[in-house]
Amino acid sequence: MDIQDIIKPENLVYQKTKLLTDTPMHYCPGCSHGVVHKILAELIDEMGLQDKSIGVAPVGCAVFAYNYIDIDWQEAAHGRAPAVATGISRVNPDAFVFTYQGDGDLASIGAAEIMHACNRGENILVIFINNGIYGMTGGQMAPTTLEGMVTATTPNGRNVELNGYPMRITNLIAQLPGTSYVTRQSVHTAGGVRKCKKAVKKAIQNVLDKKGTSFVEVVSTCNSGWKLSPVASNKWMEENMIPYYPLGDMKDSVKGEHSEN
Amino acid sequence: MTEEMIIAGFGGQGVLSMGKILAYSGIMEDKEVTWFPSYGPEMRGGTANVTVIVSDTRISSPVLQEYDTAIILNQQSMDKFEKAVKPGGVLLYDPNGIVNPPTRTDINIFKVEATKASVEMGNPKVFNMIVFGSYLKVRPILSLDNVEKGLAKSLPERYHKLIPLNLDAMQKGREIVEEVNVV
Amino acid sequence: MGEIKLMKGNEVLAEAAIRCGCDGYFGYPITPQSEVMETLMAREPWKETGMVVLQAESEVASINMVYGAAATGKKIMTSSSSPGISLMAEGISYLAGAELPCLLVNVQRGGPGLGTIQPSQADYFQAVKGGGHGDYKLIVLAPSSVQEMNDFVDLGFELAFKYRNPAMILADGAIGQMMEKVELADYKPRWTKEEVVEKNGGWATTGKPSSRKKNVITSLEMASNDMEVRNINLQAKYRKMEEEDVRYEAIQCDDAEFILVAFGTAARVCQKAVEVARAKGLKVGLLRPITLFPFPKTIIKELARKAVGFLSVEMSAGQMVEDIKLAVYDAGSNARVNYFGRMGGIIPTPTEVVEALEDKFSWELSYGVKRSY
Ligand SMILES: Cc1ncc(C[n+]2csc(CCOP(=O)(O)OP(=O)(O)O)c2C)c(N)n1
Ligand code: SF4
Ligand SMILES: [Mg+2]
Repeated sequence: MDIQDIIKPENLVYQKTKLLTDTPMHYCPGCSHGVVHKILAELIDEMGLQDKSIGVAPVGCAVFAYNYIDIDWQEAAHGRAPAVATGISRVNPDAFVFTYQGDGDLASIGAAEIMHACNRGENILVIFINNGIYGMTGGQMAPTTLEGMVTATTPNGRNVELNGYPMRITNLIAQLPGTSYVTRQSVHTAGGVRKCKKAVKKAIQNVLDKKGTSFVEVVSTCNSGWKLSPVASNKWMEENMIPYYPLGDMKDSVKGEHSEN
Repeated sequence: MTEEMIIAGFGGQGVLSMGKILAYSGIMEDKEVTWFPSYGPEMRGGTANVTVIVSDTRISSPVLQEYDTAIILNQQSMDKFEKAVKPGGVLLYDPNGIVNPPTRTDINIFKVEATKASVEMGNPKVFNMIVFGSYLKVRPILSLDNVEKGLAKSLPERYHKLIPLNLDAMQKGREIVEEVNVV
Repeated sequence: MGEIKLMKGNEVLAEAAIRCGCDGYFGYPITPQSEVMETLMAREPWKETGMVVLQAESEVASINMVYGAAATGKKIMTSSSSPGISLMAEGISYLAGAELPCLLVNVQRGGPGLGTIQPSQADYFQAVKGGGHGDYKLIVLAPSSVQEMNDFVDLGFELAFKYRNPAMILADGAIGQMMEKVELADYKPRWTKEEVVEKNGGWATTGKPSSRKKNVITSLEMASNDMEVRNINLQAKYRKMEEEDVRYEAIQCDDAEFILVAFGTAARVCQKAVEVARAKGLKVGLLRPITLFPFPKTIIKELARKAVGFLSVEMSAGQMVEDIKLAVYDAGSNARVNYFGRMGGIIPTPTEVVEALEDKFSWELSYGVKRSY
């Protein structure tokens, strides 16, 4: 059989995600960022949202997200993405607006902006990549860094007396009446990727239905910052991060309504 | 005496630490030194280079356009820095991974099979020290005594047991460096 | 002689802080200066000298931590790079308004906005003209070597306390990332509680004993008359700095027809440019301002009497050149003032500088005299 007989549309089993550009990603091999980008790109395509989407990129390793997903983007100052997204969404109520932020960006320098955007119940999606570290700047401590974890600014491990406690900011977010759907996912297994995609899809639908802020945390790896191989990172994450940041939905409701959890 | 040089290769080849040992050795010989690295995300898996200047007198600009010596450890760096060697200067390279070897005829060119030798020595980590040894053979700007002291200074105490291994690697470099072109 | 080491500019800032008896450092990671806090965290000075080191949640938080700690009369510092310093601007204005001594470090990168992490000098205006709101000045020191990164920590604190004013070390990514030989200072003990009270108890919130009136740290003055008096006093302080604490280095300026003016990394490049130009037979010298505020106006005025032209060489679109022009204008000189620079994180090369000099002063170089208008 000739190769040309095989390359036919009806034989297609897998193709490159349409909305991912051809720009080679700068992420380290094994990094979670790329997987989450793919989920977003697939959903924006599948849900027909390309021309409605405006993404807000963070300052962090995902600063170049705008190079990879073929939609309109804005680059925000470090931590300010939720305020930028508020501005976009308020004057463009029919746009699908989302922020994509790391744990340093969202939980440290931008803690005020995320709290207030969620408290106002802005109709935006927040993707929160929690890798427990500042990847971009060379692996310093983040608010989410686990106790005892070695980083460039906690060379002897995070000491809670000195540095405070690892912050479960998503749990705080879930308390705010402005949020509708708040969940914590991971993408380190095929099953996890499928679940995460389902969660992001629901979150996007909530935004389209104007139910309030939807917030998806993805517990992620940063093999460069953690100084572990990609495989070892996944294992370390499973054994250390996930017990502290357990996966699952924290809230599923409509803004202003009391939720069960 | 002023030696203005660049060491260029991939991140992870020990480019920056080779430069640091050289700079520390210069200090041991009472010279002025600067060590100026490429920095930032360009290092992530990509190229890394460091400009090192060793001089008897106060050093002016830490950034240079041309060099007395270029140590070149990958093709990208060859493309960028072969042309930046001063006429009569030295280009030292490891042919591993070099597709287009240097062609200039107005400079001194040496090659050292350091990647191969480090594998033969059973320790790829001594790669940069093999290169360093061969450099000091072709450019004997510092006494080996001071280089040994510089090595001790730039390694944290807990790695001092590795000094003999590093000195062996340098000796290996001295032995295997080959002349390609001499002006 | 003190201990000799090979260190990065950023590492030296940390080491010098510990050795000069600094009481506290508050910062937030940002390239190209993250090594300052990383070095401090690895050195654990709280075990050695009692110095406190804290990673804040943002630059807004760090500068306000500095405010609180400095207001207790202790030696406090922070460091950041351009975008972080912009975030601190409000706090810096408050520190200046409340007249609090402290040491700020800006290891500049290219802007505006998120810009680039490569070295730049485009925060000159921000550092010397304000940056935050209101009529205030920082004492601004511009190191051009790793040794000066070391020396200016102690000097910065000394001047800050002399004037009860924030001092800033305005460095750039190149000096922060570069390693050079450095002679470290000997350890100075941190001030004891009694020393803090003795030196600064007159104004600082050290805890009120019954023997003195309460000390209040504020920049607020509701009555315009009182606020004007505050401003008049601040201005008098800034004039005093201009009289007593100008620092600069003049290299081969005595017979120079053309003066390069440059600070920090650009000054290092210009030193080489002077060599290149002299080899070509051009009479070129270098004036290197060390204090950017107070700016070395007097020496520029003196040089303007004989020099044919000045070339301000900057890693920016040309900021310091305005201050040089003012000084030359003040001197009533018709020496011409030009600018050459690179932006966006690019360091100019010595050859470029000499070419720019020849290009911008081609008329004067042909006729050898000052143009008169
Ligand atoms: C005002 C300001 N402060 C600091 C920085 C430096 N900075 C860039 S990214 C970053 C942290 C990124 O960490 P995170 O948000 O966790 O993202 P990751 O890289 O881990 O995905 C910091 C501190 C900056 N760009 N701007
Ligand atoms: S540094 Fe960490 S977060 Fe950044 S790309 Fe690499 S693995 Fe991903
Ligand atoms: Mg992170």
